[in-house]
Amino acid sequence: MTRFNAFAALLVVTLVTACSGPSRSTVDDGTAGAGAGGAASSGMGEGGMGQGGAMDGSAMGGSALGGPGASQENRVVYFEFDRFDVKSDYNAMLQAHGRYLSSNPTARLRLEGHADERGSREYNIGLGEKRAQAVRNVLLLQGAMSDQIATVSFGEERPAVIGSDEEAWSLNRRVEIVYGQ
Amino acid sequence: MSRNSLLLATLLALFASPLRAELQITITEGVDKAVPIAVVPFGLQGMGTPPPLDAAAIVAADLARSGRFAPLDRKDMLQRPTTGAEVDFSDWRIQGSEVLIIGRVVQAGGDQYEIQFQVFDVLRGEQLLGYRQPATTQNFRRSAHRVADLIYEKLTGVRGVFSTRIAYVTVNRTPQRTNFRLIVADADGENPRVMVESPEPIMSPAWSPDGRKLAYVSFEARRSEIYVQELRSGARKRVSARPGVNGAPAWSPDGQRLAVSLSRQDGNLDIYTLDLNSQMLTRLTSGSSIDTEPAWSLDGRQIYFTSDATGGPQVYRVPAEGGSPQRVTFEGNYNARPRVAPDGKQLAVVHNDRGNYRIAVVDLARSSTQVLSDGRLDESPSFAPNGETLIYATRDGARGVLATVSANGRIKQRISALEGDVREPAWSPFPVN
Repeated sequence: MTRFNAFAALLVVTLVTACSGPSRSTVDDGTAGAGAGGAASSGMGEGGMGQGGAMDGSAMGGSALGGPGASQENRVVYFEFDRFDVKSDYNAMLQAHGRYLSSNPTARLRLEGHADERGSREYNIGLGEKRAQAVRNVLLLQGAMSDQIATVSFGEERPAVIGSDEEAWSLNRRVEIVYGQ
Repeated sequence: MSRNSLLLATLLALFASPLRAELQITITEGVDKAVPIAVVPFGLQGMGTPPPLDAAAIVAADLARSGRFAPLDRKDMLQRPTTGAEVDFSDWRIQGSEVLIIGRVVQAGGDQYEIQFQVFDVLRGEQLLGYRQPATTQNFRRSAHRVADLIYEKLTGVRGVFSTRIAYVTVNRTPQRTNFRLIVADADGENPRVMVESPEPIMSPAWSPDGRKLAYVSFEARRSEIYVQELRSGARKRVSARPGVNGAPAWSPDGQRLAVSLSRQDGNLDIYTLDLNSQMLTRLTSGSSIDTEPAWSLDGRQIYFTSDATGGPQVYRVPAEGGSPQRVTFEGNYNARPRVAPDGKQLAVVHNDRGNYRIAVVDLARSSTQVLSDGRLDESPSFAPNGETLIYATRDGARGVLATVSANGRIKQRISALEGDVREPAWSPFPVN
């Protein structure tokens, strides 16, 4: 767990550095972020990608930290057991997503909340929904509009990792950010 | 739209298709105190098509599976009487059988049969029960289970559940796809039928009080929606697809309403009742807590539910017409998903027992908790309609399997499918005639 947090923190630092750099120039071709992570979101190309109006670099889709071009690592928020508060590790990343939404009013995303397998299934649906709502609230504070964000909870039904140990559980307690919904 | 119609067509095509994969049931604890009995192969009477199944074998297997009876092996029987006149009790006494069951299947022409059977107290040499159970080729297995139900009730004073059914969800994962199925099978795992199949999750099956419908949650639209499906016709209706979570359906005792958990616009999960005729919603809880997993009291006046209002999940109850919730469980830091016992005196819950998720029963009068299962990740308890047994989901290694435990904790069984995970068992009510 601590190992993972350290990794996430390192990643945030790396990507904050990256987004002020050359990624800006890749916005217009719609492949933003591909160079940083190679991970393509299913919603790529939708929303505000074609708009050239936003001049603030942090608000554009080119960031690997936020927006549809965000790397895989920056499209997942992890949680503690039976908790749904968003850890401060995710501030920079969610700020970037929030600003992207705020600058691209036609952009849409969906927050998919999940829980680990322990305990009862419908209660875990509740936990997943609470987690998605918590991430949604952070994005709204960053200037996103409520109609830009949909939430869904899959509870423990769609694990990212199959397994019954602490590591698998920590990877399954998550909210996935999916653009283009 | 067209994609939905296609999906519906697929679902309907699948409906009622028989499955090869049956559940395998093994008694893991509790057979040593079973009463020795003998179920003699039933004779055949009349001309016509022989019966499709061995009725006596089904009856013997049912009684053995209850954990309360130990049938004598057929090959050890010294005689095989099929009428009362042929019975010599001294032979059965020597073999230690305390109860003797004999019978005849009468071929009544076409696909019609009659299962005639007699139950004897071997020690006293007396008949306890004699009965004729009509049957057809189609319902022969069900009719044999009815015979076992009647014998069980005569011998124990408790109505048998051999002719009831179990609904459950299976999941098969391949690298290419995940496949969820809602299945209904006989209580002995035979006759499994696929009700719905989907690449997206299916959850929370709940039987209507008349046993003719199931409510469940399906994510086939990539979000949770509640459906009600008729077993016989396979026809189904979407009854709740509101924004946010649509979950945890539970039928009112009169079958007119569902208690559900909805998050709607504000994102808070609260308990509502949904009138199935008028679609009218009544909100029963509010606030920022997770309120879910409703279960009706037997008289329909109260609804038990899970809430994390005080931090971890605990069971509360609220009047079904509205009022203030009261906490019900106090032992331990995790008590969730209540199910009311058929006598109304206990709740089955998922209980955190020193880090393990286990099935426990909470005595409502004394507020005491008794842990019944011994797994690490046990969940989804469901009472048999006679209250004697609970079925629940557990693990066998990494695989999801089902298990049963008697309400006194003594008799345990493991039920696994031939492949994939099995989860969320729901025991049907008694059949309505």
